[in-house]
Amino acid sequence: MDIYLPIAGMSVNALLIVALGALVGILSGLFGVGGGFLTTPFLIFYGISPTVAVASATTQITGTSVSGVAAHMKRRGVDFHMGAVLIAGGLLGSVVGAGLFRLLQASGQVDLVIGFLYVIMLGSIGGLMLRDALVALGWLEPRTKRKARRRHNKWVASLPLRWRFYASGLYISPLAPLILGFLSGILTVLLGVGGGFIVVPAMIYLLGMSPRVVVGTSLVMMLAVAAATTLVHSLTTFAVDIVLATLLLAGSVVGAQYGARLANVIKPDYLRLGLALMILGVAIRMLLGLAWQPSEVYSIVQL
Amino acid sequence: MMRPLFLLAAMFALTGASQPLLVPDISAREVQIRYSFTGAQLLLFGAIIYPGGRVPDEPAEVAVVLKGPVESILMREKEKVAGIWMNVESHHFRSAPGFYAVASSAPLDSLVDERTAAIYELGLENLQLSPGGGARPEKERRFEAGLIDLRARQQLYKQEPNGVEISEGVLYRARISIPSRVPVGTYTAETYLIQDGRVLAVATRDIVIDKTGFERFIAISAVRHPWLYGLAAVTISLLLGAFAAFLFRKSE
Repeated sequence: MDIYLPIAGMSVNALLIVALGALVGILSGLFGVGGGFLTTPFLIFYGISPTVAVASATTQITGTSVSGVAAHMKRRGVDFHMGAVLIAGGLLGSVVGAGLFRLLQASGQVDLVIGFLYVIMLGSIGGLMLRDALVALGWLEPRTKRKARRRHNKWVASLPLRWRFYASGLYISPLAPLILGFLSGILTVLLGVGGGFIVVPAMIYLLGMSPRVVVGTSLVMMLAVAAATTLVHSLTTFAVDIVLATLLLAGSVVGAQYGARLANVIKPDYLRLGLALMILGVAIRMLLGLAWQPSEVYSIVQL
Repeated sequence: MMRPLFLLAAMFALTGASQPLLVPDISAREVQIRYSFTGAQLLLFGAIIYPGGRVPDEPAEVAVVLKGPVESILMREKEKVAGIWMNVESHHFRSAPGFYAVASSAPLDSLVDERTAAIYELGLENLQLSPGGGARPEKERRFEAGLIDLRARQQLYKQEPNGVEISEGVLYRARISIPSRVPVGTYTAETYLIQDGRVLAVATRDIVIDKTGFERFIAISAVRHPWLYGLAAVTISLLLGAFAAFLFRKSE
């Protein structure tokens, strides 16, 4: 069944897009990641222009994170105080990111920067996850000498102006979460990813937040920043395709339900192994495009 | 006895009817892009009227050209720099058609010489792209070839050397398919009647390709009311997400 996308200006197989949404929904139900890292590259491989792909993926992330936020709020897994600081940083980041996007577009290096960021981020995180999963499955020896991890990061602790974040159990400078939110806001605009897979580890390892509130708080931030980014994209790039986003959402809304159920059935270590391999797969595909053979040598911009 | 024939001949000479005439038509004057649009097929057909109604021993050949609105484009070329493919050189074309298809009853190079083909913009290699000045000719040619190759693979530029069928020497028809990713705008369909390397007659018709209904509404609101459009997008996604959350709660 083919459907014409009014903003992307081409017709796509609607079932395929819904299926992609469903796959992303299953992932987000399983792991609490937004899945933007899969949506955006897939849409680009499909032939949709990168700008439309990135912009519409942020719309999808907004919808997908709503159900997660609702669930976490019910079990008091959200630190709203911390969330507000992260959101403030994220909004700032999305505006700066939009400016950066324009600059990169004008210089003609936007694909290169997006490709590079994807390879570096997905490669490193996928690698870490793969290692973790292999260790957990007992297929790999854990590193023997492990330094005791200090709860508080040296740099975070040295920042001035300390606030108390009760729900997170922290007494730290708000500058640290503000910067974290800022960076993930930039990533959301540039890459069309929610940034969950960056923010969650940073919250745990850099800020030292109490694990109980990490996922819920990061989802609240993702929701607000993705919604704001959708607006920023509609105002600056005019590239949000409502039809495309709705198709993706229709799939992910259903997929998220099954994802949450699957999570109870499959052994979590296998799940993590699967996710790690998928992330690495996307990273390798991107790397090949950068280093071995790009899909197109020429690209056209309308003036 | 000789007088009426002479008069007839004189009449043909005066009205220019010693030349054959073209009566062209198109299967659709407008193409509407709706939600189910996956591309369209246009039939360009018509009749060739020879003076006196007699088909000569060597009938004329026909070429049809369907051309989309011209755009000003910037083309970028990736090159390998220090092991990484990145955009290095770029080139500006001020009038690249968004769509160009040419079909003819025989290969173009057997119909007209290079000069005639260039004058009438017949064939992909004769597109007047109006490149921005100052570039070396070989660079210009490289970018031109790149553009034609890229758009040919997207089905936006095409050349069908035997795409025109002429039956009984007087009726011609050509099918041209347009893909779903065509730009919207006013297209021109040109029909050329060619004999002995000369263009005997040209006829032009316009076709409008535009988004209609819901698709048009979306495309226009995205540009004219970006605030409302963005808010609508956010609202839709929030509602769908909330709906999912509601279902979750119910099933638990």
